[in-house]
Amino acid sequence: MAKPIPRPTPTEQPFYDACSEGKLVLQHCQHCGHVLFYPRTHCDACQSDQLAWEDASGAGTIASYTVVRRGVSTDFEAPYVIALIDLAEGPRMMSQIIDADPDALAVGLSVKVDFAAWSEDITLPVFRLHPALDGGGAGP
Amino acid sequence: MSVSGLGGEFALIGMAESAVGIVPDKSPRELCVQVTLDAIKDAGLTLAEVDGLITCNAFAEPIMYHAEAVAEYIGWQPRHCVTVNTGGGTTFMALNMAAAAIQAGMADTIVVAMADSLRSFMSREQAMVVQSSSGHPHYEQPYGPTVPAYYALIARAHMDQFGTTEAQFAEAAVSCRAWASQHPKAQKRDPISVEDVMNSRAIADPLKVLDCSLVSDGGAAVVITQKDRAKDGPHKPVTLLGYGEGHAYEHISQAKDLTTSAAAQSGRAAYAEAGLTPDDIDLLQLYDCFTPALLIQIEDLGFCGKGEGGAWLASGISRPGGGKPMNTHGGMLSYCHPGNPGAMFGLTEAMTQMRGNAGERQLPNMRTALCHAQGGIMSSHATIILGAED
Ligand SMILES: [Zn+2]
Repeated sequence: MAKPIPRPTPTEQPFYDACSEGKLVLQHCQHCGHVLFYPRTHCDACQSDQLAWEDASGAGTIASYTVVRRGVSTDFEAPYVIALIDLAEGPRMMSQIIDADPDALAVGLSVKVDFAAWSEDITLPVFRLHPALDGGGAGP
Repeated sequence: MSVSGLGGEFALIGMAESAVGIVPDKSPRELCVQVTLDAIKDAGLTLAEVDGLITCNAFAEPIMYHAEAVAEYIGWQPRHCVTVNTGGGTTFMALNMAAAAIQAGMADTIVVAMADSLRSFMSREQAMVVQSSSGHPHYEQPYGPTVPAYYALIARAHMDQFGTTEAQFAEAAVSCRAWASQHPKAQKRDPISVEDVMNSRAIADPLKVLDCSLVSDGGAAVVITQKDRAKDGPHKPVTLLGYGEGHAYEHISQAKDLTTSAAAQSGRAAYAEAGLTPDDIDLLQLYDCFTPALLIQIEDLGFCGKGEGGAWLASGISRPGGGKPMNTHGGMLSYCHPGNPGAMFGLTEAMTQMRGNAGERQLPNMRTALCHAQGGIMSSHATIILGAED
């Protein structure tokens, strides 16, 4: 088994192209203003197909997280942190929180996007704790 | 028995289970064949008197046209023959489709049969990978989440929102094992304590290995027909009083709410059709793939208030001798969990209790049971309410 690598559709390609350039982008519905994730052909609030890519701030908070102690396959070395991140723009995404002390994690903490190469062609967003956004300067 | 008002018109007249747990001597297809024939026999019928078959596919032996393959294997050409796939919820959604098919005149008597062999016909890694493949291939799976990790995200959110503790999740596993210790067929029968669960191997925090259901082989089948046709069989029929479904999302990262599931919708519809409330239910047969899933179903199906599931479990009310017996066969945490067929054993146990054949664990005055199944990561839900015949 190898790590699962996304094979973007043409609709999704701008998201992955941006990741490769170290940018997080999200689709904004031109009809209702809803911000989407994951990328779609139609808005999941109003079903409009008038969607436009815009840069995201990369800031978010932890909606939930888990420290995986037994990896899904030998390609994933445990422990690693899987989290649901509520992006500042609204949508939620699954990701990994990297370089974090598991004991320092909590629901509601601020995180900031970073990028990690998953293969030669694919770079994915990952997140790091960002204590400065929680009003504390002394990070882990 | 659908939300369109068929409640009370259909009955379960036959049932069968294969050997469960570790069953290396039969393939999933062979187990499915066996329980199909055994359930028809249990109903006092011949193959010629049954004209429908509904199955679900097996992870360990996928077949393109599964139901047709099972029928072909036994030399049967049923009038209605179809394979259903809604994950763990397939069990009861298939049962509702059977009732609807009978109502529509597509068949008179239908066998719903399923089997899989995650334990003996797949490697540990294959079983893990195939199960985690329910994750989104582009936006979840690349990060390496396991199925326990998905449920751990739900557990953590519940702990954060309601103050639920790891020990309260553990109580669910302890309760199921206490019942399993009274079932001679259960895969795991040695009683366990909350400490045993807490000290078991960490899988995906806060879940430990004893918070996770088993990996098993096994199959089960039931026979359903119209109630007026159900009188002449060897066993007291079990009436389908109510049914409901709820479908919230497919992927957990798209859930609008991590701690309230569509079991709230499926339960509401089933209670309404049955004309019953949670107080009227004698036996709860819930979908315990992971302890937090069980806890959330208890809340969403109205057996306690939202956020009170931990205290409800810790009170011991669901254990042997308690006022709301739950998963009296031991559930998927202790009886067996062969994948999609998992909830079938909750159903066959409810029928066994209603027939008065549950031996040491027989409940007195069994009138009603609620059985719940879910597919995906708390994604799609099906609830059935059963009533005993007078
Ligand atoms: Zn829109």
